[in-house]
Amino acid sequence: MKHRTFFWFFLPTGLAMLLFIALPIVSVVIQSVYAPHEAVLKTVENCTPLVGCTTETTIDQDATRDIREAKPLGRFVGLDIYLDRGHLAAAEVGEAWSSSASMGEFFDRLFNLPLYRALAFTLTFTFIVTPLLIGFGLMIALAVNSLHSRLKGLMIFFSLLPMIVTPLIGSLILFWMVDSRGVIGSALVALAGDPNFSMKASTGLTWVMLIVYGVWHSAPFAFVVFYAGLQTLPKDQIEAAQIDGASRWQRIKYVVVPHLMPLVTFVALIQLMDNFRVFEPVVGFNASAHATSLSWIIFNDLGGETRQLSAASATSVLTILGVAILLSPVLVRTWRDFKGK
Amino acid sequence: MASKAQRMPLGLRILTYGFVLVWFILAAFPFFWTFWGSFKVELDFFSIADWTNALTGERTKAAYDSAFTGAAYKGAWVQEEFWRNVINTFIVCFFVVCTSLTIGTLGGYALSRSSFRYTFWLLITALIFRAMPPITLVAGYLLPFFEWNVWGILPTTIIVLVAINQPFTLWMLHSFFQNIPKELDESAKVDGCTQFQAFRHVIVPVMWPGVITTGLFSFLLAYNDFAVTAMLLSESNRTMVPAIAAFLGTTYTEGNVMFAVAAVVSATAPLFILVMVFQRQIVSGLTAGAVKG
Repeated sequence: MKHRTFFWFFLPTGLAMLLFIALPIVSVVIQSVYAPHEAVLKTVENCTPLVGCTTETTIDQDATRDIREAKPLGRFVGLDIYLDRGHLAAAEVGEAWSSSASMGEFFDRLFNLPLYRALAFTLTFTFIVTPLLIGFGLMIALAVNSLHSRLKGLMIFFSLLPMIVTPLIGSLILFWMVDSRGVIGSALVALAGDPNFSMKASTGLTWVMLIVYGVWHSAPFAFVVFYAGLQTLPKDQIEAAQIDGASRWQRIKYVVVPHLMPLVTFVALIQLMDNFRVFEPVVGFNASAHATSLSWIIFNDLGGETRQLSAASATSVLTILGVAILLSPVLVRTWRDFKGK
Repeated sequence: MASKAQRMPLGLRILTYGFVLVWFILAAFPFFWTFWGSFKVELDFFSIADWTNALTGERTKAAYDSAFTGAAYKGAWVQEEFWRNVINTFIVCFFVVCTSLTIGTLGGYALSRSSFRYTFWLLITALIFRAMPPITLVAGYLLPFFEWNVWGILPTTIIVLVAINQPFTLWMLHSFFQNIPKELDESAKVDGCTQFQAFRHVIVPVMWPGVITTGLFSFLLAYNDFAVTAMLLSESNRTMVPAIAAFLGTTYTEGNVMFAVAAVVSATAPLFILVMVFQRQIVSGLTAGAVKG
């Protein structure tokens, strides 16, 4: 294909991505180094006879509006927003580091800072959910693959549901069930033997609840991919292993799993990226008191009456950096494939 | 497992069936339970006294003389005007799918037929964009959208969702078009077609299976999106998912949680039908990327 023809074919999609993905990234980076204008203050001296003079400081509404309209971006503050308490909190971390007696105390204080708290949950979620869903997905795939073919179709249909359903809706459905008045919630209350038992009450249980949701939501993806992989399993290798006296478990370990290994890597890389953006369950489970994620912080900053664009932009840039780190193995792999061709 | 030697021993078979049953319950039960419960009153679905009330509907009987009531649906659809959000969702989904397939097909086709180096870099860029959480871009949209006075309306959101959709669409269609033999359009070009004519008359007739699969995923992305639609749509233009989130804020205080339950069931129903009709395409779409690595 000629360069010219390629250009015209690619133009619409390229333009869409340039205008609504590439430029916004640039714009987010720029916004993250600008803070909103401070209100312009003016000092007025009021003199009344007999009482004397008082000076009064008020906000000069006109001047404030003028400067905000003239420069909607705000004032340049460099990396200040990144280093403030809501983000990397350089001063607070340094203070905590020098004054904490033990590592435990240091981490306690660190995880009271909003960004680190969110980072702790986001990373825990990502790195616990991903291996769990791969293991669980593999088990479902092996089990379903041994079923009668009619049942297989039915199982695939129902397995797809948790993944296809809107994340917010899926988490709400589960949330209503684990509510202390819901069906699972009542069962847990009965099990715990404590009428006030609630999954929402403690940080630990909230995290468990979110992680269970994460596995429930993403295991079907792993299942479908592994199930497809199992259909291409070479029969002769299995038979050869069997003739050599390999047990069922050994066949799975030495033949099936190595055959599926490229798929495991694929699922792991995709899911690491997707779980890192965990957001809807935090809203759906109403869990922000105990678990916040990076995406949730951005959403929270942007929503409401005061849209804190600068704060949200700084968190966005930090999140993008996190994604970039997680993405680098994928890029290296794609580059190697490309070189290999 | 055809051969006799590979048949499972009884114990293992019971274990397998047990595990499949457990997963079946995990995957399907929450939906059935919520569907069943959406026809009850709140005191039954969220029962303090006895959880079996949700099954029998004691309080529902007391209030409506029947174990089932459509009160929650009436409240959501009529009182809270959920139908507006449903219409908005379908407008958004329709236009997002059509637009992103049109421009994505052209782009994906071009990427699969060009052998120059920059196609690789374009695909890599698309991959990076695919990894970007959409919410991180929203902060970049708000200021210009406010300036140009286009915030809050459906067309803006549609364009943004189309753009966010493109990286994935490109990857899928690219790998799909690579499976269509190049000889097809090359022979058309030998016969005197331009590249576009070759695409139009030779490729378009055979591309539909791949396009439908990709379209399903575009639809799901637009339908399931919460972060972008919640931030970019004004209250009167909300689609279903942000509307449900907004329900939660107001109804927990007013005691109308059942409205939200009914809305959730209403929003799940189209997805249910979608999976039922297009199960094969969804599965093939999910595995398309994986099998190629």
